[in-house]
Amino acid sequence: MRFSIYRYNPEIDKKPYMQDYDVDIVANSCNMVLDALLVIKNTIDETLTLRRSCREGVCGSDGMNINGKNGLGCITQLSTVKEPVIIRPLPGQPVIRDLVVDLTQFYKQYEKIQPYLQNKDPLPSTERLQSPEDRAKLDGLYECILCACCTSSCPSFWWNPEKFVGPAGLLQAYRFIVDSRDTEKQARLNDLTDAFSVFRCRGIMNCVDVCPKGLNPTAAIDKIKQEMLKEIVK
Amino acid sequence: MVNSMAGLRDFLIQRVSAVLLVIYTVFLVSYLVWHAPIDYMAWHGLFAYVPMKIATLLCLAALLLHAWVGMWTIATDYLKAFWVRFLFEIAVFLTLIACFFYGLLIVWGV
Repeated sequence: MRFSIYRYNPEIDKKPYMQDYDVDIVANSCNMVLDALLVIKNTIDETLTLRRSCREGVCGSDGMNINGKNGLGCITQLSTVKEPVIIRPLPGQPVIRDLVVDLTQFYKQYEKIQPYLQNKDPLPSTERLQSPEDRAKLDGLYECILCACCTSSCPSFWWNPEKFVGPAGLLQAYRFIVDSRDTEKQARLNDLTDAFSVFRCRGIMNCVDVCPKGLNPTAAIDKIKQEMLKEIVK
Repeated sequence: MVNSMAGLRDFLIQRVSAVLLVIYTVFLVSYLVWHAPIDYMAWHGLFAYVPMKIATLLCLAALLLHAWVGMWTIATDYLKAFWVRFLFEIAVFLTLIACFFYGLLIVWGV
């Protein structure tokens, strides 16, 4: 199977280029895109650089653009991709080397939404309990693995990465806004009412299309807007 | 983070103006269908009616506000050089204001 892979080493290369590799995926027992990339790295070209860790779609390290669509190499089956398989780094992010991108801006936006439970009530003697109904509201939100596939596929994030929080950050923002144990809902919403943080989402839904965990950041963003409206009507 | 209500305000402007424009468009199309074939005098009579003039101007304002939010969004997405964006926004703003007064003259002149 032929792979055409984005190569760029800023210490050597003046500009990025695509390099072709042929991998015998049957002889090497490759099922996933990541398997083939590791065969290339381990047996053909050890200079190929990529991030990977768990190999099973949990760590979110190997987010990459596969045939034009962001996804995780470790859970993208080779039987589902067309040949030649064109592998590029996540779009819109500065490339450190080959398939490794600098996600500093992505993490800054994540940090901005204060992704931790805040509760200013006195500490209870036992744990803070949550009803099964309230707990169910977190389903579809907490599962995000921060692979950046969604945010790096979002044109609004490409154009305004310093101001727009992006789908991954906003999914997590809503995860804490809707958490019954968090007392800072209003402050969280107030931090997002400017023209960019949430409202630069134009409902393109690339995030929903690419999320390897099947999550729906656009729905979460709409719910944040609904919560803001409820706050001003209240 | 810029802490202001600008995003929520623009969001509401776009939604409310869109609803107004839908209502106005449905009314106008219904009028045309129910009064077909329509002649100049009927059309003139419709717009000579003061509540219709007010509704038309309200919808014109809604359309221009809707357009301003959209154009501002496009400008902040694609025009990164300050002076280019500034001049573009001034040009859009003046065009929309001119459209409003031109529309005012037309509607109130009936």
